[in-house]
Amino acid sequence: MSLTVDGIHTYYGQSHVLQGISLNVGDGETVALLGRNGAGKTTTMRSIVGLTPARSGSIRLDDKEISRLQAYRLARLGLSFVPSGRRVYGSLTVRQNLALAAERPRKEAAWSLERVHDMFPNLVTLAGRQAGHLSGGEQQMLKLARALLGGPRILLLDEPTEGLAPGIVADLGRWLAILRKEKVTVLITEQNALFALRYADRGYIIEKGTVRYEAPAAELRDSAEIRRYLGVGVDT
Amino acid sequence: MDLSAFVTQSIGALSTASSLFIVAAGLTLVFGALRLINIAHGSFYMYGALAATTVVGWFPDSGFWIALIVGPLVALVMGVGVEMGVLRRLYGREHLTQLLATFALLLIFADLALRFWGKNVRSINPPKVVNGNFGLVGARVPAYDMVIIAAAIVVGGGLWLLLTHTTLGWKIRAVVDDPEVLVCSGVNIRMLYTGVFGLGALLAGLAGVVIAPQQAVGPGMDAQIIVAAFIVAVIGGLGSITGAAIGSLIIGIAETLGANLAPSWASTFIYLLMIVVLAVRPWGLLGTPER
Ligand SMILES: Nc1ncnc2c1ncn2[C@@H]1O[C@H](COP(=O)(O)OP(=O)(O)OP(=O)(O)O)[C@@H](O)[C@H]1O
Ligand SMILES: [Mg+2]
Repeated sequence: MSLTVDGIHTYYGQSHVLQGISLNVGDGETVALLGRNGAGKTTTMRSIVGLTPARSGSIRLDDKEISRLQAYRLARLGLSFVPSGRRVYGSLTVRQNLALAAERPRKEAAWSLERVHDMFPNLVTLAGRQAGHLSGGEQQMLKLARALLGGPRILLLDEPTEGLAPGIVADLGRWLAILRKEKVTVLITEQNALFALRYADRGYIIEKGTVRYEAPAAELRDSAEIRRYLGVGVDT
Repeated sequence: MDLSAFVTQSIGALSTASSLFIVAAGLTLVFGALRLINIAHGSFYMYGALAATTVVGWFPDSGFWIALIVGPLVALVMGVGVEMGVLRRLYGREHLTQLLATFALLLIFADLALRFWGKNVRSINPPKVVNGNFGLVGARVPAYDMVIIAAAIVVGGGLWLLLTHTTLGWKIRAVVDDPEVLVCSGVNIRMLYTGVFGLGALLAGLAGVVIAPQQAVGPGMDAQIIVAAFIVAVIGGLGSITGAAIGSLIIGIAETLGANLAPSWASTFIYLLMIVVLAVRPWGLLGTPER
Protein backbone atom coordinates (compact mmCIF):
# COMPACT_ATOMS: atom_id res chain seq x y z
CA MET A 1 0.00 0.00 0.00
CA SER A 2 1.44 3.38 -0.93
CA LEU A 3 1.02 6.76 0.69
CA THR A 4 1.05 10.06 -1.16
CA VAL A 5 1.10 13.43 0.57
CA ASP A 6 0.47 16.30 -1.77
CA GLY A 7 1.01 19.93 -0.74
CA ILE A 8 -0.50 19.82 2.74
CA HIS A 9 -0.81 22.89 4.94
CA THR A 10 -1.28 22.40 8.67
CA TYR A 11 -1.77 24.94 11.43
CA TYR A 12 -1.65 24.98 15.21
CA GLY A 13 -4.15 27.77 15.82
CA GLN A 14 -2.72 30.73 13.91
CA SER A 15 0.74 29.29 13.43
CA HIS A 16 1.29 27.92 9.95
CA VAL A 17 3.49 24.88 10.60
CA LEU A 18 3.36 22.76 7.43
CA GLN A 19 3.66 24.90 4.35
CA GLY A 20 2.96 22.58 1.47
CA ILE A 21 4.68 19.30 2.35
CA SER A 22 4.71 16.69 -0.43
CA LEU A 23 6.14 13.22 -0.15
CA ASN A 24 5.37 9.66 -1.02
CA VAL A 25 6.08 6.24 0.39
CA GLY A 26 5.87 3.35 -2.04
CA ASP A 27 4.51 -0.08 -1.23
CA GLY A 28 7.02 -1.98 0.91
CA GLU A 29 9.40 0.96 1.07
CA THR A 30 11.06 2.44 4.16
CA VAL A 31 11.32 6.22 3.95
CA ALA A 32 13.12 8.53 6.39
CA LEU A 33 11.77 11.99 7.21
CA LEU A 34 14.63 14.13 8.49
CA GLY A 35 14.93 17.67 9.76
CA ARG A 36 16.05 19.75 12.69
CA ASN A 37 14.03 20.26 15.85
CA GLY A 38 10.80 22.01 15.04
CA ALA A 39 11.05 21.37 11.29
CA GLY A 40 7.62 19.76 11.24
CA LYS A 41 8.35 16.02 11.20
CA THR A 42 5.94 15.09 13.98
CA THR A 43 3.30 17.43 12.61
CA THR A 44 3.59 15.79 9.20
CA MET A 45 2.88 12.41 10.76
CA ARG A 46 0.05 13.78 12.89
CA SER A 47 -1.52 15.27 9.77
CA ILE A 48 -1.25 12.00 7.89
CA VAL A 49 -2.93 10.00 10.67
CA GLY A 50 -5.59 12.64 11.29
CA LEU A 51 -4.63 13.76 14.80
CA THR A 52 -3.84 17.27 13.54
CA PRO A 53 -5.73 17.36 10.25
CA ALA A 54 -4.24 19.33 7.37
CA ARG A 55 -6.24 22.38 6.42
CA SER A 56 -5.56 21.94 2.71
CA GLY A 57 -3.78 19.62 0.33
CA SER A 58 -4.33 15.97 -0.40
CA ILE A 59 -3.35 12.72 1.28
CA ARG A 60 -3.94 9.47 -0.56
CA LEU A 61 -3.69 5.84 0.38
CA ASP A 62 -3.16 4.10 -2.96
CA ASP A 63 -5.73 6.13 -4.90
CA LYS A 64 -8.15 6.82 -2.08
CA GLU A 65 -8.35 10.37 -0.75
CA ILE A 66 -8.11 10.14 3.04
CA SER A 67 -7.37 13.68 4.24
CA ARG A 68 -10.96 14.25 5.40
CA LEU A 69 -11.31 11.02 7.37
CA GLN A 70 -11.28 10.93 11.16
CA ALA A 71 -8.24 9.53 12.93
CA TYR A 72 -9.90 6.35 14.18
CA ARG A 73 -11.09 5.52 10.65
CA LEU A 74 -7.59 6.05 9.29
CA ALA A 75 -6.28 3.70 11.96
CA ARG A 76 -8.80 1.09 10.82
CA LEU A 77 -7.56 1.52 7.24
CA GLY A 78 -4.11 0.45 8.40
CA LEU A 79 -2.29 3.71 9.14
CA SER A 80 -0.40 2.83 12.28
CA PHE A 81 1.20 5.71 14.16
CA VAL A 82 3.83 4.98 16.81
CA PRO A 83 4.34 8.31 18.59
CA SER A 84 7.54 9.22 20.38
CA GLY A 85 7.87 9.14 24.14
CA ARG A 86 6.15 7.15 26.84
CA ARG A 87 2.87 6.66 24.99
CA VAL A 88 1.49 3.48 26.55
CA TYR A 89 -1.64 2.97 28.65
CA GLY A 90 0.20 3.38 31.93
CA SER A 91 -2.48 2.02 34.25
CA LEU A 92 -3.02 -1.16 32.21
CA THR A 93 -0.83 -4.22 32.13
CA VAL A 94 1.33 -5.09 29.14
CA ARG A 95 -1.10 -7.88 28.27
CA GLN A 96 -4.06 -5.47 28.34
CA ASN A 97 -2.16 -2.95 26.22
CA LEU A 98 -1.57 -5.66 23.63
CA ALA A 99 -5.15 -6.91 23.81
CA LEU A 100 -6.52 -3.47 22.94
CA ALA A 101 -4.16 -3.26 19.97
CA ALA A 102 -5.14 -6.69 18.68
CA GLU A 103 -8.86 -6.18 19.02
CA ARG A 104 -9.60 -5.25 15.45
CA PRO A 105 -6.71 -6.60 13.41
CA ARG A 106 -6.56 -6.15 9.65
CA LYS A 107 -6.35 -9.77 8.64
CA GLU A 108 -4.09 -9.45 5.63
CA ALA A 109 -1.38 -7.57 7.58
CA ALA A 110 -1.82 -8.54 11.23
CA TRP A 111 0.96 -10.20 13.13
CA SER A 112 -0.02 -12.97 15.49
CA LEU A 113 0.76 -12.68 19.17
CA GLU A 114 3.23 -15.57 18.79
CA ARG A 115 5.10 -13.78 16.03
CA VAL A 116 5.23 -10.57 18.05
CA HIS A 117 6.49 -12.50 21.06
CA ASP A 118 9.18 -14.07 18.89
CA MET A 119 10.35 -10.62 17.92
CA PHE A 120 10.09 -9.19 21.46
CA PRO A 121 10.63 -12.14 23.83
CA ASN A 122 10.88 -9.76 26.82
CA LEU A 123 7.22 -8.90 26.48
CA VAL A 124 6.29 -12.44 27.47
CA THR A 125 7.84 -12.09 30.92
CA LEU A 126 6.51 -8.55 31.28
CA ALA A 127 2.92 -9.52 30.41
CA GLY A 128 1.47 -8.93 33.87
CA ARG A 129 3.46 -5.77 34.57
CA GLN A 130 1.82 -2.34 34.68
CA ALA A 131 2.91 -0.58 31.48
CA GLY A 132 3.52 2.75 33.22
CA HIS A 133 6.32 1.15 35.21
CA LEU A 134 8.28 -0.17 32.21
CA SER A 135 11.63 1.29 31.20
CA GLY A 136 11.85 3.49 28.13
CA GLY A 137 13.20 0.63 26.04
CA GLU A 138 10.50 -1.76 27.19
CA GLN A 139 7.84 0.82 26.38
CA GLN A 140 9.32 1.25 22.91
CA MET A 141 9.04 -2.51 22.46
CA LEU A 142 5.45 -2.46 23.63
CA LYS A 143 4.56 0.39 21.28
CA LEU A 144 6.03 -1.47 18.29
CA ALA A 145 4.35 -4.72 19.31
CA ARG A 146 1.03 -2.92 19.58
CA ALA A 147 1.43 -1.49 16.09
CA LEU A 148 2.29 -4.88 14.57
CA LEU A 149 -0.64 -6.66 16.24
CA GLY A 150 -3.06 -4.21 14.66
CA GLY A 151 -1.86 -5.17 11.19
CA PRO A 152 -0.15 -2.04 9.92
CA ARG A 153 -0.31 -1.40 6.22
CA ILE A 154 1.80 1.70 6.76
CA LEU A 155 3.83 2.13 9.91
CA LEU A 156 4.70 5.68 10.97
CA LEU A 157 7.49 5.69 13.54
CA ASP A 158 8.20 9.01 15.25
CA GLU A 159 11.74 9.20 16.68
CA PRO A 160 11.92 5.59 17.81
CA THR A 161 15.47 5.96 19.24
CA GLU A 162 14.61 8.97 21.39
CA GLY A 163 15.81 8.44 24.94
CA LEU A 164 16.96 4.86 24.35
CA ALA A 165 20.24 3.42 25.65
CA PRO A 166 22.72 2.46 22.90
CA GLY A 167 22.12 -1.26 23.41
CA ILE A 168 18.39 -0.83 22.83
CA VAL A 169 19.05 1.33 19.78
CA ALA A 170 20.93 -1.63 18.33
CA ASP A 171 17.89 -3.84 19.04
CA LEU A 172 15.68 -1.32 17.34
CA GLY A 173 17.97 -1.50 14.32
CA ARG A 174 17.45 -5.24 14.18
CA TRP A 175 13.68 -4.80 14.34
CA LEU A 176 13.75 -2.22 11.56
CA ALA A 177 15.80 -4.59 9.45
CA ILE A 178 13.19 -7.31 10.01
CA LEU A 179 10.33 -4.96 9.07
CA ARG A 180 12.18 -4.04 5.91
CA LYS A 181 12.73 -7.65 4.98
CA GLU A 182 9.03 -8.34 5.63
CA LYS A 183 8.20 -5.51 3.22
CA VAL A 184 6.27 -3.50 5.78
CA THR A 185 5.79 0.03 4.45
CA VAL A 186 7.46 2.43 6.88
CA LEU A 187 7.79 6.19 7.32
CA ILE A 188 10.32 7.01 10.03
CA THR A 189 11.53 10.29 11.56
CA GLU A 190 14.80 10.53 13.42
CA GLN A 191 17.08 13.04 15.05
CA ASN A 192 19.70 10.38 14.50
CA ALA A 193 19.64 10.75 10.71
CA LEU A 194 22.42 8.33 9.97
CA PHE A 195 20.70 5.62 11.99
CA ALA A 196 17.46 6.03 10.04
CA LEU A 197 19.22 6.13 6.69
CA ARG A 198 20.85 2.80 7.42
CA TYR A 199 17.41 1.16 7.23
CA ALA A 200 15.69 3.43 4.74
CA ASP A 201 15.38 3.22 0.98
CA ARG A 202 14.89 6.94 0.53
CA GLY A 203 14.91 10.07 2.64
CA TYR A 204 13.42 13.55 2.72
CA ILE A 205 14.90 16.57 4.46
CA ILE A 206 12.36 19.10 5.62
CA GLU A 207 12.84 22.57 7.05
CA LYS A 208 10.27 25.11 8.22
CA GLY A 209 7.44 22.94 7.01
CA THR A 210 8.60 22.36 3.44
CA VAL A 211 10.59 19.63 1.74
CA ARG A 212 14.11 20.84 0.89
CA TYR A 213 15.72 17.73 -0.50
CA GLU A 214 14.87 14.20 -1.47
CA ALA A 215 17.24 11.38 -2.43
CA PRO A 216 17.87 7.64 -2.14
CA ALA A 217 19.24 6.83 1.28
CA ALA A 218 22.75 5.94 0.15
CA GLU A 219 23.05 9.17 -1.79
CA LEU A 220 21.57 11.26 1.01
CA ARG A 221 24.09 9.99 3.54
CA ASP A 222 27.01 11.42 1.60
CA SER A 223 25.28 14.54 0.33
CA ALA A 224 26.24 18.13 1.00
CA GLU A 225 22.58 18.78 1.86
CA ILE A 226 22.56 16.53 4.89
CA ARG A 227 25.44 18.55 6.28
CA ARG A 228 23.85 21.84 5.30
CA TYR A 229 20.38 21.11 6.71
CA LEU A 230 21.12 18.76 9.57
CA GLY A 231 24.75 19.52 10.38
CA VAL A 232 25.75 15.87 10.53
CA GLY A 233 28.95 14.48 9.12
CA VAL A 234 29.60 11.32 7.19
CA ASP A 235 29.01 8.15 9.14
CA THR A 236 32.23 6.65 10.41
CA MET B 1 -26.80 0.51 72.96
CA ASP B 2 -27.86 -3.15 72.99
CA LEU B 3 -27.11 -5.61 70.22
CA SER B 4 -30.46 -5.43 68.45
CA ALA B 5 -30.34 -1.64 68.27
CA PHE B 6 -26.79 -1.88 66.98
CA VAL B 7 -27.87 -4.30 64.24
CA THR B 8 -30.77 -2.08 63.21
CA GLN B 9 -28.54 0.97 63.05
CA SER B 10 -25.79 -0.85 61.16
CA ILE B 11 -28.17 -2.12 58.51
CA GLY B 12 -29.61 1.38 58.26
CA ALA B 13 -26.14 2.84 57.77
CA LEU B 14 -25.28 0.20 55.16
CA SER B 15 -28.49 0.86 53.30
CA THR B 16 -27.85 4.63 53.26
CA ALA B 17 -24.29 3.95 52.09
CA SER B 18 -25.56 1.60 49.38
CA SER B 19 -27.92 4.03 47.73
CA LEU B 20 -25.28 6.77 47.95
CA PHE B 21 -22.74 4.44 46.37
CA ILE B 22 -24.87 3.70 43.32
CA VAL B 23 -25.26 7.42 42.59
CA ALA B 24 -21.66 8.34 43.44
CA ALA B 25 -20.24 5.44 41.39
CA GLY B 26 -21.85 6.86 38.26
CA LEU B 27 -20.68 10.37 39.05
CA THR B 28 -17.11 9.30 39.70
CA LEU B 29 -17.01 6.94 36.69
CA VAL B 30 -17.94 9.81 34.40
CA PHE B 31 -15.44 12.12 36.06
CA GLY B 32 -12.72 9.49 35.83
CA ALA B 33 -13.07 8.90 32.11
CA LEU B 34 -14.31 12.28 30.87
CA ARG B 35 -12.89 14.71 33.46
CA LEU B 36 -16.37 16.20 33.58
CA ILE B 37 -18.20 17.16 36.74
CA ASN B 38 -21.82 16.51 35.98
CA ILE B 39 -24.28 18.33 38.24
CA ALA B 40 -27.15 17.05 36.08
CA HIS B 41 -26.39 13.59 37.46
CA GLY B 42 -28.93 14.54 40.15
CA SER B 43 -31.59 15.02 37.45
CA PHE B 44 -31.05 11.51 36.10
CA TYR B 45 -31.54 10.21 39.64
CA MET B 46 -34.73 12.20 40.17
CA TYR B 47 -36.18 11.15 36.80
CA GLY B 48 -35.44 7.53 37.64
CA ALA B 49 -37.41 7.91 40.87
CA LEU B 50 -40.25 9.83 39.22
CA ALA B 51 -40.49 7.29 36.42
CA ALA B 52 -40.72 4.58 39.06
CA THR B 53 -43.69 6.28 40.75
CA THR B 54 -45.46 6.57 37.39
CA VAL B 55 -44.85 2.95 36.43
CA VAL B 56 -45.98 1.72 39.83
CA GLY B 57 -49.08 3.91 39.40
CA TRP B 58 -49.88 2.05 36.18
CA PHE B 59 -49.05 -1.43 37.43
CA PRO B 60 -49.55 -1.49 41.23
CA ASP B 61 -48.52 -5.15 41.53
CA SER B 62 -45.50 -5.78 39.34
CA GLY B 63 -44.73 -2.11 38.74
CA PHE B 64 -41.58 -1.90 40.81
CA TRP B 65 -39.82 -4.65 38.88
CA ILE B 66 -40.78 -3.01 35.60
CA ALA B 67 -39.54 0.31 36.98
CA LEU B 68 -36.17 -1.29 37.65
CA ILE B 69 -35.83 -1.50 33.86
CA VAL B 70 -37.73 1.62 32.82
CA GLY B 71 -36.14 4.07 35.29
CA PRO B 72 -32.54 3.38 34.27
CA LEU B 73 -33.61 3.43 30.60
CA VAL B 74 -35.18 6.87 30.98
CA ALA B 75 -31.96 8.13 32.57
CA LEU B 76 -29.87 6.46 29.87
CA VAL B 77 -31.81 8.15 27.09
CA MET B 78 -31.52 11.52 28.86
CA GLY B 79 -27.81 11.00 29.42
CA VAL B 80 -27.04 10.03 25.84
CA GLY B 81 -29.12 12.94 24.55
CA VAL B 82 -27.42 15.46 26.80
CA GLU B 83 -23.94 14.14 26.03
CA MET B 84 -24.41 14.23 22.28
CA GLY B 85 -26.36 17.47 22.24
CA VAL B 86 -24.44 19.59 24.73
CA LEU B 87 -21.67 18.14 26.82
CA ARG B 88 -19.33 16.77 24.15
CA ARG B 89 -18.66 20.37 23.18
CA LEU B 90 -17.36 21.04 26.68
CA TYR B 91 -14.71 18.35 27.08
CA GLY B 92 -11.33 19.85 27.85
CA ARG B 93 -12.85 23.17 28.93
CA GLU B 94 -12.40 24.55 32.42
CA HIS B 95 -14.23 22.82 35.21
CA LEU B 96 -16.16 26.02 35.95
CA THR B 97 -17.64 26.11 32.43
CA GLN B 98 -18.71 22.48 32.75
CA LEU B 99 -20.12 23.08 36.20
CA LEU B 100 -22.24 25.99 34.99
CA ALA B 101 -23.46 24.14 31.91
CA THR B 102 -24.46 21.01 33.80
CA PHE B 103 -26.04 23.14 36.54
CA ALA B 104 -28.13 24.84 33.84
CA LEU B 105 -29.20 21.39 32.65
CA LEU B 106 -30.22 20.48 36.20
CA LEU B 107 -32.43 23.57 36.37
CA ILE B 108 -34.00 22.83 32.99
CA PHE B 109 -34.72 19.22 33.93
CA ALA B 110 -36.17 20.33 37.27
CA ASP B 111 -38.52 22.66 35.44
CA LEU B 112 -39.57 19.97 32.99
CA ALA B 113 -40.17 17.57 35.89
CA LEU B 114 -42.57 20.08 37.45
CA ARG B 115 -44.44 20.18 34.16
CA PHE B 116 -44.73 16.41 33.83
CA TRP B 117 -45.14 15.33 37.45
CA GLY B 118 -46.29 18.47 39.25
CA LYS B 119 -44.93 19.76 42.52
CA ASN B 120 -46.58 17.24 44.81
CA VAL B 121 -44.48 14.72 46.60
CA ARG B 122 -45.07 11.13 45.55
CA SER B 123 -44.35 7.87 47.27
CA ILE B 124 -44.50 4.18 46.45
CA ASN B 125 -44.39 1.04 48.55
CA PRO B 126 -41.70 -1.57 48.32
CA PRO B 127 -42.81 -4.59 46.30
CA LYS B 128 -44.83 -7.05 48.42
CA VAL B 129 -42.18 -9.73 48.85
CA VAL B 130 -39.77 -7.29 50.46
CA ASN B 131 -42.30 -5.13 52.27
CA GLY B 132 -42.15 -5.24 56.04
CA ASN B 133 -39.51 -6.34 58.49
CA PHE B 134 -37.66 -9.52 59.30
CA GLY B 135 -35.90 -10.63 62.45
CA LEU B 136 -32.12 -10.62 62.73
CA VAL B 137 -30.47 -11.43 66.09
CA GLY B 138 -33.45 -10.01 67.93
CA ALA B 139 -33.68 -6.87 65.83
CA ARG B 140 -36.42 -5.89 63.38
CA VAL B 141 -34.80 -5.01 60.07
CA PRO B 142 -36.64 -3.55 57.04
CA ALA B 143 -36.46 -6.21 54.32
CA TYR B 144 -36.22 -3.56 51.64
CA ASP B 145 -32.85 -2.45 53.05
CA MET B 146 -31.53 -5.77 51.83
CA VAL B 147 -32.69 -4.98 48.29
CA ILE B 148 -30.78 -1.70 48.36
CA ILE B 149 -27.65 -3.34 49.74
CA ALA B 150 -27.86 -6.12 47.15
CA ALA B 151 -28.26 -3.55 44.37
CA ALA B 152 -25.10 -1.77 45.51
CA ILE B 153 -23.15 -5.02 45.63
CA VAL B 154 -24.30 -5.92 42.12
CA VAL B 155 -23.37 -2.46 40.82
CA GLY B 156 -19.99 -2.45 42.57
CA GLY B 157 -19.15 -5.97 41.45
CA GLY B 158 -20.35 -5.28 37.94
CA LEU B 159 -18.23 -2.16 37.59
CA TRP B 160 -15.21 -3.98 38.97
CA LEU B 161 -15.68 -6.79 36.45
CA LEU B 162 -16.20 -4.31 33.63
CA LEU B 163 -13.10 -2.25 34.39
CA THR B 164 -10.70 -5.11 35.13
CA HIS B 165 -11.88 -7.98 32.96
CA THR B 166 -13.36 -6.65 29.72
CA THR B 167 -11.77 -4.88 26.77
CA LEU B 168 -14.48 -2.23 27.03
CA GLY B 169 -13.36 -1.54 30.60
CA TRP B 170 -9.72 -1.41 29.56
CA LYS B 171 -10.67 1.14 26.92
CA ILE B 172 -12.39 3.24 29.55
CA ARG B 173 -9.15 3.26 31.54
CA ALA B 174 -6.96 3.65 28.44
CA VAL B 175 -8.84 6.76 27.34
CA VAL B 176 -7.81 8.41 30.60
CA ASP B 177 -4.17 7.38 30.14
CA ASP B 178 -3.81 8.41 26.51
CA PRO B 179 -6.83 9.23 24.34
CA GLU B 180 -4.74 9.88 21.21
CA VAL B 181 -3.11 6.47 21.29
CA LEU B 182 -6.53 4.87 21.72
CA VAL B 183 -7.84 6.74 18.69
CA CYS B 184 -4.78 5.55 16.76
CA SER B 185 -5.70 1.96 17.46
CA GLY B 186 -9.03 2.51 15.78
CA VAL B 187 -11.33 3.26 18.72
CA ASN B 188 -14.07 5.81 18.13
CA ILE B 189 -13.61 7.65 21.42
CA ARG B 190 -16.56 9.96 20.85
CA MET B 191 -18.77 6.91 21.05
CA LEU B 192 -16.81 5.62 24.01
CA TYR B 193 -17.40 8.90 25.85
CA THR B 194 -21.10 8.78 25.03
CA GLY B 195 -21.24 5.21 26.29
CA VAL B 196 -19.50 5.98 29.57
CA PHE B 197 -21.69 9.00 30.15
CA GLY B 198 -24.77 6.93 29.37
CA LEU B 199 -23.66 4.24 31.81
CA GLY B 200 -23.19 6.88 34.52
CA ALA B 201 -26.67 8.24 33.86
CA LEU B 202 -28.13 4.74 33.91
CA LEU B 203 -26.65 4.15 37.36
CA ALA B 204 -28.16 7.41 38.61
CA GLY B 205 -31.54 6.34 37.26
CA LEU B 206 -31.21 2.94 38.90
CA ALA B 207 -30.41 4.59 42.23
CA GLY B 208 -33.49 6.76 41.83
CA VAL B 209 -35.74 3.72 41.34
CA VAL B 210 -34.16 1.85 44.22
CA ILE B 211 -34.53 4.76 46.62
CA ALA B 212 -38.13 5.59 45.59
CA PRO B 213 -39.86 3.21 48.06
CA GLN B 214 -37.88 4.72 50.95
CA GLN B 215 -38.06 8.42 50.30
CA ALA B 216 -40.43 11.17 49.35
CA VAL B 217 -40.10 11.54 45.58
CA GLY B 218 -40.48 15.05 44.27
CA PRO B 219 -38.90 18.41 43.49
CA GLY B 220 -35.57 19.08 45.17
CA MET B 221 -34.34 15.52 45.36
CA ASP B 222 -32.05 16.21 42.41
CA ALA B 223 -30.09 18.97 44.15
CA GLN B 224 -30.10 17.14 47.46
CA ILE B 225 -28.58 13.95 46.03
CA ILE B 226 -25.96 15.70 43.91
CA VAL B 227 -24.55 17.41 46.98
CA ALA B 228 -24.42 14.13 48.88
CA ALA B 229 -22.98 12.16 45.95
CA PHE B 230 -20.42 14.84 45.31
CA ILE B 231 -19.27 14.76 48.93
CA VAL B 232 -18.97 10.98 48.75
CA ALA B 233 -17.03 11.07 45.48
CA VAL B 234 -14.75 13.85 46.68
CA ILE B 235 -13.96 12.11 49.97
CA GLY B 236 -13.21 8.85 48.17
CA GLY B 237 -11.26 10.57 45.43
CA LEU B 238 -12.98 11.71 42.21
CA GLY B 239 -12.53 9.04 39.55
CA SER B 240 -12.09 6.10 41.92
CA ILE B 241 -14.93 3.57 42.18
CA THR B 242 -13.41 1.94 45.26
CA GLY B 243 -13.05 5.43 46.71
CA ALA B 244 -16.77 6.00 46.13
CA ALA B 245 -17.53 2.78 48.02
CA ILE B 246 -15.39 3.85 50.98
CA GLY B 247 -16.73 7.41 50.85
CA SER B 248 -20.33 6.23 50.88
CA LEU B 249 -19.65 3.92 53.82
CA ILE B 250 -18.10 6.81 55.74
CA ILE B 251 -21.05 9.10 55.00
CA GLY B 252 -23.58 6.35 55.68
CA ILE B 253 -22.08 5.71 59.10
CA ALA B 254 -21.63 9.40 59.86
CA GLU B 255 -25.26 10.15 58.95
CA THR B 256 -26.57 7.34 61.12
CA LEU B 257 -24.36 8.24 64.05
CA GLY B 258 -25.20 11.90 63.68
CA ALA B 259 -28.93 11.24 63.53
CA ASN B 260 -28.71 9.28 66.76
CA LEU B 261 -26.26 11.31 68.78
CA ALA B 262 -26.90 14.88 67.71
CA PRO B 263 -29.66 15.15 65.13
CA SER B 264 -29.42 18.90 64.71
CA TRP B 265 -25.70 18.68 63.96
CA ALA B 266 -25.82 15.69 61.63
CA SER B 267 -25.39 17.53 58.34
CA THR B 268 -22.78 19.92 59.73
CA PHE B 269 -20.82 16.90 60.84
CA ILE B 270 -20.71 15.54 57.29
CA TYR B 271 -19.42 18.78 55.80
CA LEU B 272 -16.79 18.95 58.52
CA LEU B 273 -15.74 15.43 57.63
CA MET B 274 -15.30 16.41 54.02
CA ILE B 275 -13.28 19.47 54.95
CA VAL B 276 -10.99 17.41 57.16
CA VAL B 277 -10.39 14.79 54.44
CA LEU B 278 -9.72 17.45 51.85
CA ALA B 279 -7.34 19.31 54.14
CA VAL B 280 -5.28 16.16 54.60
CA ARG B 281 -5.63 14.69 51.11
CA PRO B 282 -6.94 17.30 48.63
CA TRP B 283 -7.40 14.60 45.97
CA GLY B 284 -9.48 12.38 48.26
CA LEU B 285 -8.71 9.08 49.95
CA LEU B 286 -8.10 6.99 46.82
CA GLY B 287 -7.88 9.66 44.15
CA THR B 288 -4.75 10.76 42.32
CA PRO B 289 -3.59 14.37 42.14
CA GLU B 290 -4.71 15.89 38.83
CA ARG B 291 -1.92 16.12 36.29
N1 LIG C 1 0.67 21.60 19.97
C1 LIG C 1 1.35 22.60 19.37
N2 LIG C 1 0.89 23.86 19.45
C2 LIG C 1 1.56 24.88 18.85
N3 LIG C 1 2.67 24.72 18.15
C3 LIG C 1 3.18 23.49 18.02
C4 LIG C 1 2.55 22.36 18.64
N4 LIG C 1 3.27 21.26 18.35
C5 LIG C 1 4.32 21.68 17.60
N5 LIG C 1 4.26 23.01 17.39
C6 LIG C 1 5.21 23.81 16.60
O1 LIG C 1 5.19 23.32 15.28
C7 LIG C 1 6.49 23.30 14.73
C8 LIG C 1 6.78 21.89 14.22
O2 LIG C 1 6.79 21.01 15.33
P1 LIG C 1 7.04 19.45 15.17
O3 LIG C 1 6.79 18.85 16.48
O4 LIG C 1 6.27 18.95 14.02
O5 LIG C 1 8.58 19.41 14.84
P2 LIG C 1 9.55 18.17 14.76
O6 LIG C 1 10.20 18.27 13.45
O7 LIG C 1 8.82 16.92 15.08
O8 LIG C 1 10.59 18.53 15.90
P3 LIG C 1 11.34 17.58 16.94
O9 LIG C 1 12.54 17.05 16.23
O10 LIG C 1 11.74 18.50 18.03
O11 LIG C 1 10.40 16.52 17.37
C9 LIG C 1 7.42 23.76 15.82
O12 LIG C 1 7.73 25.11 15.58
C10 LIG C 1 6.63 23.63 17.08
O13 LIG C 1 6.99 24.62 17.99
MG1 LIG D 1 8.96 15.53 16.66
